Amino acid sequence: MNEAHASGFSGPDVPPAAVYDQCVRCGLCLPACPTYLETLVETSSPRGRIALIKAVDEGRLDLTSPGFVHQMSECLDCRACEAVCPSGVAYGQLLEPARTQIERATENTQPPGRAFGRAVALGTLFSHLWTMRVVARLLRFYQRSGLQRLVRASGILRALRLARLEALAPAISTRFFVPRGQRWDAAVTPVRATAFVHAGCIMQVAFAEVDEATVRVLQRAGCDVVAPAAQGCCGAIAVHAGDMDRGRALAKRNIAAFERSGAEVYVVNAAGCGSALKEYGHLFAADPLWAERAAAFSARVRDVTEFLDEIGIAPELGVIDAVVTYQEPCHLAHAQRISAAPRRLLGLIPGLTLREMDESSLCCGSAGVYNLTQPEMSDRLGRRKIERILAVRPQIVATANPGCALQLTNGLRAGDHRIAVKHVVELLDDSYAAYKPTSRASSASAASTLG
Amino acid sequence: MIAPLEPRLAGELAQIVGEANVLLAEADLLAYGYDGTWYDSTPRCVVLPADTAEVSAIHRLATRERLALTPRAMGSGLSGGSVPLGGSIVLGIMRLNRILEIDEVNAVAIVQPGVVTADLQRAVEAKGLFYPPDPSSLKQSAIGGNVAENAGGARCLKYGVTADYVMALEVVLPGGEIVRTGGKTVKNVTGYDLRALFTGAEGTLGTITEVTLRLLPLPKFTKTATAAFARIEDAAATVVAILAAGIVPTSIELLDQLTMRCLEENRSTGLPVDSDALLLFAVDGNYESVVDDELGRIAEIAGRNGAQSTRVASDAAESARLWEARRAVSPALARKRPHKLGEDIAVPRSALVAMVRAVREIAARNDLLIPLFGHAGDGNLHPNILCDRRDPAEMARVRVAAREIFEAAVALGGTLSGEHGIGVLKKQFMELDIGPHALAVMRRIKDAIDPLGIMNPGKIFPDPGGIDAFELPAGPARP
Repeated sequence: MNEAHASGFSGPDVPPAAVYDQCVRCGLCLPACPTYLETLVETSSPRGRIALIKAVDEGRLDLTSPGFVHQMSECLDCRACEAVCPSGVAYGQLLEPARTQIERATENTQPPGRAFGRAVALGTLFSHLWTMRVVARLLRFYQRSGLQRLVRASGILRALRLARLEALAPAISTRFFVPRGQRWDAAVTPVRATAFVHAGCIMQVAFAEVDEATVRVLQRAGCDVVAPAAQGCCGAIAVHAGDMDRGRALAKRNIAAFERSGAEVYVVNAAGCGSALKEYGHLFAADPLWAERAAAFSARVRDVTEFLDEIGIAPELGVIDAVVTYQEPCHLAHAQRISAAPRRLLGLIPGLTLREMDESSLCCGSAGVYNLTQPEMSDRLGRRKIERILAVRPQIVATANPGCALQLTNGLRAGDHRIAVKHVVELLDDSYAAYKPTSRASSASAASTLG
Repeated sequence: MIAPLEPRLAGELAQIVGEANVLLAEADLLAYGYDGTWYDSTPRCVVLPADTAEVSAIHRLATRERLALTPRAMGSGLSGGSVPLGGSIVLGIMRLNRILEIDEVNAVAIVQPGVVTADLQRAVEAKGLFYPPDPSSLKQSAIGGNVAENAGGARCLKYGVTADYVMALEVVLPGGEIVRTGGKTVKNVTGYDLRALFTGAEGTLGTITEVTLRLLPLPKFTKTATAAFARIEDAAATVVAILAAGIVPTSIELLDQLTMRCLEENRSTGLPVDSDALLLFAVDGNYESVVDDELGRIAEIAGRNGAQSTRVASDAAESARLWEARRAVSPALARKRPHKLGEDIAVPRSALVAMVRAVREIAARNDLLIPLFGHAGDGNLHPNILCDRRDPAEMARVRVAAREIFEAAVALGGTLSGEHGIGVLKKQFMELDIGPHALAVMRRIKDAIDPLGIMNPGKIFPDPGGIDAFELPAGPARP
């Protein structure tokens, strides 16, 4: 049993033994893990997956064995385990290289459809955002022209196995938020900072109104806002899918764009992107040419809720008379450990009642492209989340990430529940829009006691 | 390597529990080969039943085919109790996870063994009731495992251990017979106390499938306080003095400096890391004035015994942070060295000061880091020997230190294990603690109930060779 075997990992991006050796197998991650809670199977837990990664590294389990491949893809990469781990195991630093190792080892044996889809998605759509906008325009035409109804009725989607992809596709925004080097001046003086706004990929075509709201709220908070054209996708999709090389190529573009912009802070309104951007330092740790630049960049990245909470927001907030529950994006709550800031911001809005749901920080099952790659588990977690939401009977679910927003919207629509899904920053923007100077006394005093 | 279970037998198991609940893939077997210790021993199969009838059918098959079974709940044990030795089949009970009844009139809860301890506490507290046993693993351990290992926790000082709450059990015997013992009555002296026998038997006598637990009224007030000391012996002396004064706090926990530093690296709680030791107190009761009065007396006694400072937690949030930090101690120690050997000795409180001193001396003599923490109020201490298993010279010293700690505890009138159980980790020391005759009685009981020896083999009873055969599991082979 003790003979030395060769590691199943090779080349760069090997899950570091120093990270998995931190795990003492206490099991505290089990009750935090969505896939463990759903299956109650040890293999589907963070502790189990760490044991498997270690076994592959020690040559006791094959890198491409079905069990290993399944567990590496069934993991949501939600990082809830990391947030509760007293031993400090940086789980994401194990999973992402493990996936990269699997992808490299199976490159030539994948079914052609999957390889093609991957190449198109990672190599084209997310690498060149203009192509994403072209596809989005086609999709918008499809969704609004009546074609969608015809196609859905025809049954052709099922025949082509595209039904799920089609149903999950986001509703495309009326206009896109295209970064072209725009500059918006702060709405108040003195100017607090120049903020670089990250337009995102899915955000700019499907949640353009959130990007616009982000700019307006930042302006009101006293920021000059810039949107340099040279920015692009953050690379999270590629890194999570096990393509760290492409992730690094995308990261370099953003680092350079930020360095040239003259902005002091890089503001992101998508939690998944924010977490990836904050981890550029780690992504380039082994690259002497980029390590320092990447670390300096990451130190300047802020989630929009984190940044607004830090600098304080303008007090002219109007009433939003609604019960709101907050769904914590995993990559905000766990990967970035930001939990209180969005709740504090929501608490500033007059009339808004924040009612906490049970398991608010448990993954909703969206997890990037997980809802396409692991449809069954994604649906189970989606249903679990909708149940928790309905239990507190809100009018609005607030969140701070496009993936969550899509999953929640689709889940609520499927059950015909009339509950709106909004980004925290949209609610702030709505609140500013609802502000009436006549109500100055009450809202100003509310804001000042809270601020 | 262990040969996987023959397809014929795997097929029979699948007929009992359904194909999806028989795990044979290499990855699954690896994931069920450990608990919260170092031990790794791959099972030949994992079977996940859904009810008592399925458990019983699995036992009948195991008896017919002479297959070894190791019952397992959440696998967070700290003695190797649920590690499947010699290719034993893991019988995972986490699908039996329903709270069957919370009987408010009789103040009992009837639960399946896969109910997570923290979930049970939350459910009964919502009804104004209280389940006191609180192992630090309460979020990642289940009632079945708690009963099998007779788990303790911080509140044992005032409220006792898991066994003190077990009113009735349903146990599947090795041959598949279903035994029910005990009931909802407070008093029950009808015959031998089989509840006591199966509680803490570590799955060596059968599989627990249902547990009836005693509940108490939830105390209206619970407050937390701390006292910091420049010398750990003064902290230990304070514990003895408080108890001698007739005060029974809910908990008195001890954390030494090294322990506090590991915790602060994990998450800053503002612990006094420059002090040599900290005592953490909980006091509960139904009258706030009484609780406050006891806290005042505790602070006074601590001051008289050399405390540098004392503090009462200002609110529930601060108190929750302190207790969460306390529960994170064991895993947080991994921040200093790659591995740890966690011990679980208990001594009478009159020997507390001497035991603390002995651990410090053993650490110095063997040139090892041994952070010391534990439930000082009830004399149950967890010296954790930090080490790197890949360093054979260091591991030789660890082996010596572990033995010396056990010997010191027994010499002081104490015992090997307060709450973790014997499992694999401490079995070679059994005779040192209980002597040859008590050990022989235990063997006869084991043989009477499990004559084929199929239940959780390799646990509790020492292998030939006694203490001298004590070996720590070897470090992982790395290329």
